[in-house]
Amino acid sequence: MNAMTETPMQRERARTIYEKSKPSRRAAVLPDAGVPERPLEELIPANLLRAEPPRLPEIAEPEIVRHYNRLSRRNFDLDSGFYPLGSCTMKHNPRLNERVAALPGHARLHPAQDPRRAQGALELMWLLQQSLSEICGLPHVSLQPSAGSHGELAGLLLTRAFHADRGETRTKVLAPDTSHGTNPASVTMAGYEVVKVATDERGGVEMDDLRAKIDADPDQVACLMLTNPNTLGLFDQSIAEIARLIHEAGGTLYYDGANLNAVMGQSRPGDMGFDIVHLNLHKSFSQPHGGGGPGAGPIAVSERIAPFLPRPQVVRRESDNGGGPSFDLDFERPKSIGRLRGFQGNFGVFVRSYAYILSLGADGLAEASETAVLNANYLKARLSEGRAGERLPVAFDRHCMHEFVLSGKPMKRELGLATLDLAKRLLDFGFHPPTVYFPLLVEEALMVEPTETETKESLDAFADAVEKILAEAETDPEIAKSAPYTTPVRRLDEVKATRRPVVRQPL
Amino acid sequence: MLAAIGVDSTAELFEQIPEPLRLGRPLALPDGLSEAEVYERLAELAARNADAEAEVCFVGAGMYDHYVPAIVDAITSRSEFLTPYTPYQPEISQGGLQVMFEFQTAMSELTGLPVSNAGLYEGPSSVASAGYLAMGATKRRRFVVSRGVHPHSRETLATYSEGYGAEVVEVGLEGGLTDAAALAAAVDGETAAVILQSPNFLGAVEDVKALGAAAKEHGALLVVACDPMTLGILKPPGECGADIALGEGQPLGNRLDFGGPSFGFFCATEAQIRRMPGRIAGETEDVDGRRGFVLALQTREQHIRREKATNNICTAQALNALGAMVHLAWLGREGFRELGELLVQRTAYARERLAAVEGVELLHEAPVAREFAVRLDAPVGAVLDHCAERGIAAGYPLGREYPEHEDGLLVAITERRTPAQIDELAEAIGGAIAGFHAHGAFLGDRPSKAPVAEGVA
Amino acid sequence: MSEANYPDDLRYHDQHDWVRLEGDEHAFFGITWYAQDSLGEVVFYDPPELGATIDKDASYAEVESVKAVSDVIAPMSGEIVEVNDVLEDAPETINGDPYGEGWLVKVRLTAPREAEGLLDAGEYRKLLEG
Repeated sequence: MNAMTETPMQRERARTIYEKSKPSRRAAVLPDAGVPERPLEELIPANLLRAEPPRLPEIAEPEIVRHYNRLSRRNFDLDSGFYPLGSCTMKHNPRLNERVAALPGHARLHPAQDPRRAQGALELMWLLQQSLSEICGLPHVSLQPSAGSHGELAGLLLTRAFHADRGETRTKVLAPDTSHGTNPASVTMAGYEVVKVATDERGGVEMDDLRAKIDADPDQVACLMLTNPNTLGLFDQSIAEIARLIHEAGGTLYYDGANLNAVMGQSRPGDMGFDIVHLNLHKSFSQPHGGGGPGAGPIAVSERIAPFLPRPQVVRRESDNGGGPSFDLDFERPKSIGRLRGFQGNFGVFVRSYAYILSLGADGLAEASETAVLNANYLKARLSEGRAGERLPVAFDRHCMHEFVLSGKPMKRELGLATLDLAKRLLDFGFHPPTVYFPLLVEEALMVEPTETETKESLDAFADAVEKILAEAETDPEIAKSAPYTTPVRRLDEVKATRRPVVRQPL
Repeated sequence: MLAAIGVDSTAELFEQIPEPLRLGRPLALPDGLSEAEVYERLAELAARNADAEAEVCFVGAGMYDHYVPAIVDAITSRSEFLTPYTPYQPEISQGGLQVMFEFQTAMSELTGLPVSNAGLYEGPSSVASAGYLAMGATKRRRFVVSRGVHPHSRETLATYSEGYGAEVVEVGLEGGLTDAAALAAAVDGETAAVILQSPNFLGAVEDVKALGAAAKEHGALLVVACDPMTLGILKPPGECGADIALGEGQPLGNRLDFGGPSFGFFCATEAQIRRMPGRIAGETEDVDGRRGFVLALQTREQHIRREKATNNICTAQALNALGAMVHLAWLGREGFRELGELLVQRTAYARERLAAVEGVELLHEAPVAREFAVRLDAPVGAVLDHCAERGIAAGYPLGREYPEHEDGLLVAITERRTPAQIDELAEAIGGAIAGFHAHGAFLGDRPSKAPVAEGVA
Repeated sequence: MSEANYPDDLRYHDQHDWVRLEGDEHAFFGITWYAQDSLGEVVFYDPPELGATIDKDASYAEVESVKAVSDVIAPMSGEIVEVNDVLEDAPETINGDPYGEGWLVKVRLTAPREAEGLLDAGEYRKLLEG
């Protein structure tokens, strides 16, 4: 790369908003206090007052707008291109949802407003709960958790309360070696010990290992955490037997809902035997990912787990004087595990997801899953042809569901290209790469989830790009190894960032 | 496409689901609606909420009706910030990563602590995460918490503690402030963290440095929850000996949204950086020497460290943190301080006006910044209803979470609460109390501004 | 150190750790060339406390690269008498000189006969090939 071949964005060096500040520039015009003013020290003791104001930016409004607009263009985003990240379900985020979430009745409603004057909000939450309950096949829902891993923690705390209520103390939670990192992290935060369960050659739970792990200490097995389809995109056909084994041992069965997009309207975790399910509203239910949140991780539970749900619960009450039903926050829950966060949860996310569910309806949700599965299988078929078929074989040779995993092992051995290099070269072709190096079970893994949003042309374009990159690597593997070339910055020194972390602008 | 896959129908692709597990019927939900119909449904629901446009909002308790400037909406609604994933491919995520870096800088400045993460879910769960960090750092399992800390934070801490195995000891308040002697007595060599809040839930500004001495003496971490809007005026936790400063970020750049999404901020000393929860953006260079940003210290996080991660958090509240950053940039160094001063002055005014009302007394006389508590000589719920009928949400009733203050009301001030509105509040509350004493009941002499549910018990 | 290297004067544990005996009662421990190569550039070393007791086959420290964390397994049992504090500012020394400047701990051995169960360089090389 030299001055002749730099892109304009590469030429533009990163400057933080602090570096663009000039003393006493400002954007905000604030109202006058409009009241008789008293010296601060009279109102608050001097030793509690701040001497120097924080060194925030000093910058005019047009410069703020330019700064963040230009910054935004240094981002790739879903509205601009394909994002086949496995288990992230990067589906289209409808702008209608933003419009309704911005309605003042929703957006300017204080969480501590009297429930009698927040009936629209509470009814919306109740309707969303009912919808999620039907989709999951479990009767009771709490919308409180703020994200999937928050839901996982909730599920494990519910499990703990459930066992304690029966006078039992159990210490172990089982999870497959292919599980998402949040699963074992949540297990530890909930005070349990992780026990790993092996995966068989068909990509499902290795049943003998599961039996062995349970039999080693059945009274200590609190829970088994699974997702189905699993992180390999495959439906575990032993699920009924798995449920039976865990329930027989007295444990709960937990469903990580990250892969729900494969089965909406087709199969339901409640029917599979799961006791507790978390859903990711920022995955299957179109909440925009926001560069890392916000999301929401509501949980659905079976009857026997319901008494332990977080407090407060949104409930519907029939009128006793002939009027319509009303909605309320129920705090009278003596067996509840308590609160997991402030107020009621990420209501703005509920508005968007509810609008999505209304828009799609029963027919649309089922169609979304069908199309997601079709798209994944089509892309897998395209990538099983040509060079991709040879260098990036699919890890498990069966029809997948909404996602599939390829292995870059032959590519590495024969071309010297790691999965990472393929991913970086894809950036030059205008695609966000699939998830890389997960699950850990597959060497040089590439996990691909196209979602129902993509057209056939979009999928073909991706497959064509992969083919081109592999062809290029046969002649000159060094190209991919030094990729990307056209992004705002090129490969970054992560070692430097971590060895001597610089996590703020020095001022 | 089916031909390429080698099947005759999509149904074949679902054959991997055993027959008994296939739903075999449509979901018992209505069919999909047109965009216009969905809009009408959502608007109808919105119309049945008494939001801050229907009722002048004096309710605080951690979330406040601030004015969020229009450029925040303009920037956070851009596709490039709204729709991308977490920045795991940094080369195409420099926008988001640089925003995190700028946000971390701002929060570090506000709290006076050198290290900030890119945000957690909200305030109360951040307190629980601080507890988890303190346990790891000190190898102890006991928290001493002031009752001045937000009830939701204390409840959340209790819930999490049931899981990760900690004991929580609460210390009471005296005259609206944490009982210093009781706090000192409660802290010992088994204490992992002392957790305070300033301003506390009753609006009182605590002497964090003095209270924190007990923590220092016994090697416990000092954790301070704070209100970001007051940090232009009040001495920040970092200058008072705090090891961790955190709190509810909603007042910065975020709507009320009936309680979320917002974000929690979390800042700490250098010593705690490797135990920090959440994402952290770090500065570096690319192969050509260009300045850039990446997710740093990822080995703390769940995707690498799994069961030994510092926290289980994955998706956080990145877009909400962006809103906060833009709001802070818009306020700027001078504006942020000016806003803080405005809050203090109008709060002082409101406190004086209310204290002068017949039947209203200050619940405590400790210094306040933007929120204060009063006692009412009439049932609080009934006073609130009377005010609501006049289009005013008068405050947060203290009775449920502070049974010793059943007659207590928490009143919050933002820059949107004009002196005229404050005067109306005083009048409305005065009228409610006077009416109660005169008639033993309330006379609704004005039609409701806000919709009220029918048939609610 | 760019080329695989397994000095003959050391003893090896199958979890990729080495032992250099010092007299009858002391030893230095570290991680092998294979371990540092698999990990990538080391960015952080989390050592045990001085005076801590460590048990053979159990984890006693952690070594981190950008994308991975590795438990360091004790090849023998003992008490920590010295920790290599060069590694605090320059953890990458483990990569450059895993057997010399990149040593991790010095230990007072509590069961010196455990050395007999360890592999020699030839046996360790065979293990890696297998």
